[in-house]
Amino acid sequence: MSSSKRPSKLFRNLNAKVASIPMILTALVVFVGGTAWTVLYSFTNSKLLPRLNFVGLDQYHRLWSTSRWLVSIENLLIYGAISLVFSLVIGFLLAALLDQKIRFEDTFRTIFLYPFALSFIVTGLVWQWLLNPDFGVQRVVRDLGWTSFSFDPLYNSSLVIYGISIAALWQGTGLIMCLMLAGLRGIDEDIWKAARVDGIPMWKTYLFIVIPMMRPVFITTLVIIAAGIVKVYDLVVAQTSGGPGIASEVPAKYVYDYMFFAQNLGQGFAASTMMLLSVVIVIVPWAYLEFGGKKRG
Amino acid sequence: MADGASPSTGAQALKRNAAGPSGPKPRHVLSRRNIFLYGTLIVVALYYLLPLYVMIVTSLKGMPEIRLGNIFSPPVEITFEPWVKAWATACTGLNCDGLSRGFWNSVRITVPSVILSIAIASVNGYALANWRFKGADTFFIILIVGAFIPYQVMIYPIVIILREIGIYGTLTGLVIVHSIFGMPILTLLFRNYFTSMPEELFRAARVDGAGFWGIYLRIMLPMSLPIFVVAIILQVTGIWNDFLFGVVYTRPDTYPMTVQLNNIVNSVQGVKEYNVNMAATILTGLVPLIVYFVSGKLFVRGIAAGAVKG
Repeated sequence: MSSSKRPSKLFRNLNAKVASIPMILTALVVFVGGTAWTVLYSFTNSKLLPRLNFVGLDQYHRLWSTSRWLVSIENLLIYGAISLVFSLVIGFLLAALLDQKIRFEDTFRTIFLYPFALSFIVTGLVWQWLLNPDFGVQRVVRDLGWTSFSFDPLYNSSLVIYGISIAALWQGTGLIMCLMLAGLRGIDEDIWKAARVDGIPMWKTYLFIVIPMMRPVFITTLVIIAAGIVKVYDLVVAQTSGGPGIASEVPAKYVYDYMFFAQNLGQGFAASTMMLLSVVIVIVPWAYLEFGGKKRG
Repeated sequence: MADGASPSTGAQALKRNAAGPSGPKPRHVLSRRNIFLYGTLIVVALYYLLPLYVMIVTSLKGMPEIRLGNIFSPPVEITFEPWVKAWATACTGLNCDGLSRGFWNSVRITVPSVILSIAIASVNGYALANWRFKGADTFFIILIVGAFIPYQVMIYPIVIILREIGIYGTLTGLVIVHSIFGMPILTLLFRNYFTSMPEELFRAARVDGAGFWGIYLRIMLPMSLPIFVVAIILQVTGIWNDFLFGVVYTRPDTYPMTVQLNNIVNSVQGVKEYNVNMAATILTGLVPLIVYFVSGKLFVRGIAAGAVKG
């Protein structure tokens, strides 16, 4: 055959193709294949083992009539809104404070960012201890003489998700601050000078000039926060294990529990497909704006 | 002193009004702006440090002191017993050999995962930057988009794959899982870095007859040590802190430290020993904290690279 003279196209640049095998396998088998598999099996009545016994949308009907799932979604929305608003606001304010040419900037930045190095498990356990009503903040304030003081978010089903959000913000705002600081440093010094010459007050310069200029930074930050919100799992497991009752359940925990404890795979698959759907709803418009726009322009 | 100083400042002010500002900007150390600025920063910094402080203080107290006292007060009698207990004898289920088991499991998971994931991603990023082949970019885009898929969607299919290969529940399985999920961000990191390197370097080496691996090992690798350090920092903290994959893909005797920590602290049996719990929590957080404090600016660069470009 002539293959020795004219090597087949497939074998050209062979080393690069070999080096890309893990990527190709991951992309095709795990990401595309795994996702398609889970979505497909979410339409079956798989219990202990995955079986291709299609039951249409039954799993989804059951999912949306399960109170635990509804609580999970509600919690995710509250937690998401809090994370989004507060981490953006606090992150930006801290970055703006650090951007005032202050001394010890590195020290402050190191302090604000260190929680980000800790795992959600560690974060959850520390805040579980701090918010413990018998020993933590509530007890300390009561010992000071304010005996009716009450602050036990982790033991109050209507407040528990806020207690979790406190811990999440403590862990995550440092990262947002760093991203914002990088964005602020990217703003041209001359803009500040021009604003000062024109006598525009600082807060107005931030609000109407700097923040609009930082739009790309805000958008990427938003995507990062949003991706983190859907994933929230370990923090809840460590801090409350979903309690009291089911008051602090989140979708990721629902998926895990149905797949590995309740032995109701179909429910787990349906719930994880809903999680995927929520991500698609967030990501697709963003990707369209970011990348679709560039191609046209 | 104050009387003597005021005329001169008055004169300075006059001069400044007359001739416009000149000389170095006057520094008012205790201006209202500075008090507000530093005051806010210090209060916020204290808030961020408080949990770390409480963790350390609690872990050094005995249980009687914890029951009586205030979580913020420093220990009256410092004891290291909780640390010893957390490390060596705390119980999870039937095992009573403390967190040390989880620590060593985590080491045995983290080290190979970091090496494997970085080896795969760096070679892959190099191939994508310098040896593009048809279709490579398509797979790369799938990989990056895939990074946004919630892990929950993919964990069960991976369980099946690992079970078929026969490594479900082993550390090898978990190492592979970490390498898979570290791939998108790391490949992006390395691809961007190698793309930004001067093209002439690569061409010159090609002319000299160096091949794919030769260029990678002799030129790219030595010239990109900073990005390797960034990748190592990113991976060590990420893998050490992982909980979900640990709990899904390992068994109780191979649980990583985070999973074991959670089991120790949140176990429902027995009397709660808060000082042991806090000592265990610090021990688990120690590795990423050390990485963070030692690496300093590189850590920031790592997360900025990982976050902004991801």
